[in-house]
Amino acid sequence: MTSPYPIVAIIGILVVALTLAAGLIWVERRLLALWQDRYGPNRVGPFGLLQVLADMIKIFFKEDWIPPFADKVVFIVAPAVIVVTVLMSFAVLPIAPGIIISDLNVGLLFVLGMSSLGVYSVVLAGWSSDNKYALLGGLRAAAQMMSYEVFMGLALMGVVLLAGSFNLTEIVAAQRHVWFVVPQFLGFILFLIAGVAETRRLPFDLPEAESELIAGFHSEYSGMKFGMFFVGEYLGVILISCLITILFFGGWLGPVLPPVVWFLIKMMFFICFFILLRAALPRPRFDQLMSWGWKVMLPLALANLLVTGAVALAWRS
Amino acid sequence: MLSMIRTLWYVLLHMFHKRVTVQYPEEKPYLAPRYRGRIILSLDPDGGERCVACYLCAAACPVDCIALQATEDATGRRYPEFFRINFSRCIFCGFCEEACPTYAIQLTPDFEMSEYQRPNLVYEKKDLLINGPGKYPGYNFWRVSGVQIGGKDKGEAEHEGRPVDLHSLLP
Repeated sequence: MTSPYPIVAIIGILVVALTLAAGLIWVERRLLALWQDRYGPNRVGPFGLLQVLADMIKIFFKEDWIPPFADKVVFIVAPAVIVVTVLMSFAVLPIAPGIIISDLNVGLLFVLGMSSLGVYSVVLAGWSSDNKYALLGGLRAAAQMMSYEVFMGLALMGVVLLAGSFNLTEIVAAQRHVWFVVPQFLGFILFLIAGVAETRRLPFDLPEAESELIAGFHSEYSGMKFGMFFVGEYLGVILISCLITILFFGGWLGPVLPPVVWFLIKMMFFICFFILLRAALPRPRFDQLMSWGWKVMLPLALANLLVTGAVALAWRS
Repeated sequence: MLSMIRTLWYVLLHMFHKRVTVQYPEEKPYLAPRYRGRIILSLDPDGGERCVACYLCAAACPVDCIALQATEDATGRRYPEFFRINFSRCIFCGFCEEACPTYAIQLTPDFEMSEYQRPNLVYEKKDLLINGPGKYPGYNFWRVSGVQIGGKDKGEAEHEGRPVDLHSLLP
């Protein structure tokens, strides 16, 4: 049930996603402050809301400098890749019945594929900067994405088994009686952790670890190119929150309130949770991150898939 | 793993804690009386300048922001002809206050001295002098020192004995 007016849906979702991504700057700063016994930006406009505008004006007017030693073309393309890939994923997300750009029958695979492509942005940015810290950041990003992507996909297969479809709209529809977070709790936890690693948010922000790699892969970026990485990161947070909502918490399903409102409430809850993770948890060492991914999360995801498969098989036959 | 969840919970509970931020322009922070802020020159209880232009403050100043020129009035009392503090250099370390033998130079609990133009941060004597004794109300250097000035001869200061007649010490 694709939207009858696709262009309206495209523009609408684009505007809402980008506005939310910009607004998250403010949300994140206010929430971090809230959890650190501060107030955060509260001077510019009501509740400091115009801080977003001030930040945007600032970043647009900053000098956009390309280092002379950088690989120019790749350097310019890299920040665009991350925004494009994340925005592409939004095309298959069912926000509410009828509010979806493309009701793809392999929607979930499309999202996973796009998030895998997103890693090129980080790796290429690190490579083209021709700077050892940036390169280290890019390397870390590549290794982290590789190892966390594997069980990210595997963790979702339980949901796919239960819903019997890769189509995100049908996955939501299959949760009419019980949200998948109940039968797939382990899958939810695994996906949450993989999602944090996938968006390179704290505590898994090793590719940009500011205390060891300065800013990692975007050390050499300035102005709006740096801003693009930021927008990409916030869009990624929104995307992962949307996916958790759709896959495990029944998407738009909910009593009384209109579907869109339910979706936004659930999504905002997970965005806030992402920020809470940032406020509370320290960054692990890189070898800890890798061994966690391969030695703990991957076997758990496989076991989860095995048990879910067996139960589904026994229940159906 | 459990400790991480506990951490998350405790951090979440910080939502309900009291904010430590002081909403500055509306709400002023408490400044201790000994706070090292804007520097002033004080007057003694009789209304005379306390500064005796000894240059100790200028010598003690680690950033050389104090400039002054000593002179004497008709009674032989030393005072600074000009006294200039460049607050764009001052680091508010308080060494000048410690060096001062007459309690003339003092640091006060005031930091609101921003300016749009740097030259305005250079304070002259008329900007520095306050109409009072500051932190040491009863103290008057000239009344307790043995220095001879017009209207006060040797031995006339408080708790000061008469000068010894040197000739009486001869064998």
